[in-house]
Amino acid sequence: MTEEESTVPGFMLDGEELPFEPGETILQAATRAGRYIPHLCWHPEFEAHGSCRICIVKVNGRTCASCTQQAAADLEVQSNTEEINAERKMLLQMLFVEGNHFCPSCEKSGNCLLQATAYQIGMEGPHFEEFYPDRPVDASHPDILLDFNRCILCALCVRASRDVDGKDVFALGGHGIKSHLLVNSASGRLADTDMALGDRAASICPVGVILPKRRGFAIPIGHRRFDARPVSEQVECETP
Amino acid sequence: MCPTKSASSAALDLNALLARHSADPHALVQLLREAQALQGWLPRQTMAQLATGLGLTLAQVEGVVGFYRFFYTQPVGAYRILFSDNVTDRMLGSEALMADLCQRLRIAPGAVRDDGRVSVERTSCTGLGDQGPALLINQHQVVTRLDGQRVAHMAELIEAQVPVAQWPAQWFEVHDNIRRADVLLGHAAAPGVALAAALARGPQAMLSELKRSHLRGRGGAGFVTATKWELCRAAPGSEHVVVCNADEGEPGTFKDRVLLTHCAEAVFEGMTIAALVIGARRGLVYLRGEYRYLLENLQAVLARRRAAHLLGACIHGQDGFDFDIAIHVGAGAYVCGEESALIESLEGKRGAPRIRPPFPVENGYLGHPTIVNNVETFCAVNHIANQGGAWWAGIGTPQSSGTKIHSVSGDCERPGLYEYPFGTRVNRILEDCGAHDTQAVQVGGPSGMCLSAFEFGRRIAFEDVPTAGAFMVFNRGRDMFEVARGFAHFFAHESCGFCTPCRVGTALVVKRMDKLAAGQGSRHDMEVLFELDKLLHSATHCGLGAAACNPLRDTILKFRPAYERHLKSLYFEPGFDLDAELSIARRMTGRDDAGAHLENRQ
Repeated sequence: MTEEESTVPGFMLDGEELPFEPGETILQAATRAGRYIPHLCWHPEFEAHGSCRICIVKVNGRTCASCTQQAAADLEVQSNTEEINAERKMLLQMLFVEGNHFCPSCEKSGNCLLQATAYQIGMEGPHFEEFYPDRPVDASHPDILLDFNRCILCALCVRASRDVDGKDVFALGGHGIKSHLLVNSASGRLADTDMALGDRAASICPVGVILPKRRGFAIPIGHRRFDARPVSEQVECETP
Repeated sequence: MCPTKSASSAALDLNALLARHSADPHALVQLLREAQALQGWLPRQTMAQLATGLGLTLAQVEGVVGFYRFFYTQPVGAYRILFSDNVTDRMLGSEALMADLCQRLRIAPGAVRDDGRVSVERTSCTGLGDQGPALLINQHQVVTRLDGQRVAHMAELIEAQVPVAQWPAQWFEVHDNIRRADVLLGHAAAPGVALAAALARGPQAMLSELKRSHLRGRGGAGFVTATKWELCRAAPGSEHVVVCNADEGEPGTFKDRVLLTHCAEAVFEGMTIAALVIGARRGLVYLRGEYRYLLENLQAVLARRRAAHLLGACIHGQDGFDFDIAIHVGAGAYVCGEESALIESLEGKRGAPRIRPPFPVENGYLGHPTIVNNVETFCAVNHIANQGGAWWAGIGTPQSSGTKIHSVSGDCERPGLYEYPFGTRVNRILEDCGAHDTQAVQVGGPSGMCLSAFEFGRRIAFEDVPTAGAFMVFNRGRDMFEVARGFAHFFAHESCGFCTPCRVGTALVVKRMDKLAAGQGSRHDMEVLFELDKLLHSATHCGLGAAACNPLRDTILKFRPAYERHLKSLYFEPGFDLDAELSIARRMTGRDDAGAHLENRQ
């Protein structure tokens, strides 16, 4: 952005001016410019959900989610500050203690956005006491395993199945700390849906809930996506 | 009670229900309420049939069912008893009464008795704080002023399978308890008078009058009513909608219940004036599920108004002024008091607050420009139509015009409704309601402010102590830590679960508060509580989550000794008792001598 001359004034992200297009959110504009703002429930291909709150930023002194906040000229946005990263760390710790996350034995380890973001933010421990919820897995489907223990309720699978696959396989259920993912079938099991391995919903999960069967540790730990480079250096992967 | 129907007749009933709602998926919450009334609970088969009939997926229906506290996916007792669990109910002995009833019926709280006859549980405040302890039966009727005698008699009636309709009528009496009336609770003009005044002024002039009045919303946030109406009036749309928020879920608040009983005409008339101003044809009242017993009377008032040409087509004989009101009954979800969550619920969905902007004034019910106002706000509009904005602005303070109704409960001689001009001092209200030796007042409910004695000179007003209408009094005998712990449980119970900080944070607060209550707390726990409070204030998706730690923060700051009494040590104390954990090893080795215990134990 060094020599670019824009007719429309941009907004300031951590002291640097960023251009934006009308209708863009702060997170969209930042991602397009290759600037990293931590996030979990947001994905460039889908409409914003605003639930994980990891992408919180301070806009003119007020905290808000950058995935839902519209970019506007002359906004003063703070993202990579000690205060906001401390809040993000607490939010990540909340997600870790809410579910059952055993990274060393998780097939998603190294490819997991939750784990990568926790490393990025410098989370060194859970801080809070674990809830250890009882969440049975659904191994009914011939090709896909559902391990709800790792679910962070980002609803990306809900959106992908609805908006891309046109199948509506997933929905959010319950309320409060007992909120959970629902599978749409009479039995409530994945085997009785028309979900297929090639569906967008099968590959969208940022954590290790929706996993292909019979493909364990094909890429060794240490050689996976976030083992190579931290998540903050892979923003271009998300540019649509 | 709840008749057991054969599968085929239940299916017929469901089809009739679907037909009555034109198979509109936006009527899902109403359909679920009605289907549950037929069968007592919602079997998976019923959810599947409704899904098919409405063109929804089963998981979508299941998601909605699971969101609301009053929907059941497992069989419940033929008598479903829900004890109101606000702090004011507990102060009046609800816990012991519930234990007594459970013992008499030989059941554990939360469980259905083996014969399927009865279940007993707790529910959030039922809006009867001035005549508690209260309970809710089958989400339909309330029993007030519970005592040992009533509980004993109730157990007998349940064992004898006496239908609720044949229980002593005085048990169901709900009193208005209007202790101090000013403008709103005083003499009401005849139905149609305020509307005629508004029509005579015309929509634009009525709006100007409202501006002049400086009326601010009575639901808590205090947004300027005229601004909301003006934005909605100006918003483009094929249809505009007026919504009355009667989801009075803030614990300790019951003034809307009385307004809907005592002056329902005024509420509907205020909505009709709003319709005139913003150009709406459709009005909706969101009545909280706990107030289901008010529905028949409200429907009768609506029918009366239609007959008097105060609702329907050509209101007051004015061509083109068509407006009618439907009542939507909620199903137990505090978060639906938030206006965008309320709209989601009206649309038959999970009541999670929307991403804003767009705001409801531009994009509300079914995408139409919509105003959502509190019951009391609509009442006030009548008086402004009748007497003018300047008159209303002359009452109260410059920033908080008019009067405000307070739902007074807790430690006082005369609980009930007290209406004062804004700017009234807290100690004036305490004096009038007969409160003695008062330690604290929770103003505006758990999401409001907790005031301690040195603050009783402060004024109730948006610029000093704002309120949504609750005024709970605590004398010096009360443990303010326990008050805050009760509120922490309330917020965790009512969190919608959408965003991380509220979903997990409110549950973590409960864990810490219970740890303190168990005598295992340390200063570190209090630091963590402060951290959680700070995070919830800044990072939650909606205002309800942001306010979830308010009672905690206020009480830690103002009643610290109440917390410190629960601290075991100044330093970190583990959440479990290590010596107690060693008891298994001691038992296995057959030892119980001093050497088998931790050194620091006596």
